Amino acid sequence: MTVYILRRLAQTLLVLFVTSALVFGGLYLVGNPIDILVNPAADEIEKARSAAALGLDRPILEQYGIFVKSALAGDLGKSFVFGRPALEVILERMPATLELAVLAMLISLGFGVPMGIFAGLYPQKNLSKFIMACSILGFSLPTFWVGLVLIMVFAVQLGWLPSTGRGPTTEVFGVALSIFSLEGLRYALLPAINLALFKLALIIRLTRAQVREQSLLDYIRFARAKGLPRRRVVGVHLLKNILIPLVTVVGLELGSVIAFAIVTETVFAWPGMGKLVIDSIFQLDRPVVVAYLLVVVFMFISINLVVDLLYSALDPRVRIAEAK
Amino acid sequence: MKEDTPFASFVRGFFENPLATAGFVLLCVVIVVALFAPWISPQNPYDLGKLDLLDARLPPGGQYLLGTDGQGRDMLSAIFYGLRVSLLVGVASGLIALTLGGLLGVLAAYVGGRFEQLLMRVVDIQLGFPAILVALILIAVLGKGVDKIIIALVCVQWAYYARTARSAALVERSKEYIEAARGLGLSRARVMLRHLLPNALPPLIVVGTVQVAHAIALEATLSFLGLGLPTTEPSLGLLIANGYEYLLSGKYWISMYPGVALLLTILSINLVGDQLRDQLNPRLQRA
Repeated sequence: MTVYILRRLAQTLLVLFVTSALVFGGLYLVGNPIDILVNPAADEIEKARSAAALGLDRPILEQYGIFVKSALAGDLGKSFVFGRPALEVILERMPATLELAVLAMLISLGFGVPMGIFAGLYPQKNLSKFIMACSILGFSLPTFWVGLVLIMVFAVQLGWLPSTGRGPTTEVFGVALSIFSLEGLRYALLPAINLALFKLALIIRLTRAQVREQSLLDYIRFARAKGLPRRRVVGVHLLKNILIPLVTVVGLELGSVIAFAIVTETVFAWPGMGKLVIDSIFQLDRPVVVAYLLVVVFMFISINLVVDLLYSALDPRVRIAEAK
Repeated sequence: MKEDTPFASFVRGFFENPLATAGFVLLCVVIVVALFAPWISPQNPYDLGKLDLLDARLPPGGQYLLGTDGQGRDMLSAIFYGLRVSLLVGVASGLIALTLGGLLGVLAAYVGGRFEQLLMRVVDIQLGFPAILVALILIAVLGKGVDKIIIALVCVQWAYYARTARSAALVERSKEYIEAARGLGLSRARVMLRHLLPNALPPLIVVGTVQVAHAIALEATLSFLGLGLPTTEPSLGLLIANGYEYLLSGKYWISMYPGVALLLTILSINLVGDQLRDQLNPRLQRA
């Protein structure tokens, strides 16, 4: 087990290193940030001075060397645009993205699991067929376009909810969150629904497949034969057993929701990490882009590792193989 | 009835499902429209001489069936041309990724050893990240352009094909006909390409349909974010993005109709893919 975790950690470092080198080099080739940052009317001397101040006048390999050295000390560089440490800028935006991701996950679980169970228990009913048709639709709908439709219907035509932006925030344990006030929730509702749709379709399909598979097994028949009420068979016996694969998928999908938030945040002008990184790519703000990717990749790898460990803890049949 | 070839019964099975049939018909329409866009469009949307700014942002109906955009461009024509770009990107990247991933996957299963381990490790790591993130990194690094986005999409997708091809090839490898082909003294390359590869194709085709739909959606998303195609060759995603600024003032048609076209395209591919998967999946055939 220890060997396994150590190997995964080594792998993590390698992936982080490759990602950072790729993005660092790539953004260097795409364009010179000085052209965007400095007033176009500035003369060459002015440009050279700003380039020197940001360390951009050195050869790329040296720049990368400096980056790696300070990154190992926990410093991911200063944003060219904000003039503050890139990591700080990102961490500041993180709560907005995380609250959106968690809300979206809750919505997709809250609706997806009951709908999936229903469709799995009564596959022949018309409502089940309707649910499944909707889930194919959910897979096919492009996220950003659904966002536009939501804005058009609920904000422009009906005027029920605000179209873009984030509501007022309240401090919860020192973190500024908006979903704990009614006004904040009004702002968060449309983006969260938008982000949830794709996952909702996925969870419906997964739950249905699990229910159909499990309900044929002996333990369910036995529970029924014992004369247990249907509610108990489904709510306790069945639910417990479909939860294990669901936990894994939900864990992994949380990461993907955070990545997909880039799209939703852009549509709804939600001030999270995703919006920040899109803006930073346009402004060639290399430190922020690199830092964002490293933070997200790190989050991803940690989530994957935790899920793997959880899985083997939840299901003793899955033993993690020791290194050969 | 008894003389049905396997292919004929496959086709009959496919069209027994009304949803899949509808998807197939829709897909044919989409492909025909995309292929013949220059001949069936009411207007060449990129011939600036034909555009009249006085016609800008007209609502649907009248001379322009689906209205016009900010430059007085007929939306219907813009959608036809956009469909062309979207399909081209999706299909081209799908085919290249299928070839590359399929070959690598079969090779891994056939050669085994270090090569297989390394390849599968790379696949595992890549598939651990959401496609949008990988594509975003690559586009940020590569820049804009049709060729660039196809490269990025191939890089995103090859791993799915490689994994599928390898597992299909692992099953096929141990079968008798492969042993027979080897017993005939055929070269390794020939056994792999002419015997093993064709038999590993069905699951690859299923993955392929799903992946083409994904690729089209992903390209549209990247273009919407302003990271995909240049404005000179607008795909459906870019058309939707162009209409975004007019949405809040109630001029819905500029981004709504390209979105409907995108949705119908992806939906039709998914419906066909769903049915293909059910039919080609050996586990479901017993039922």
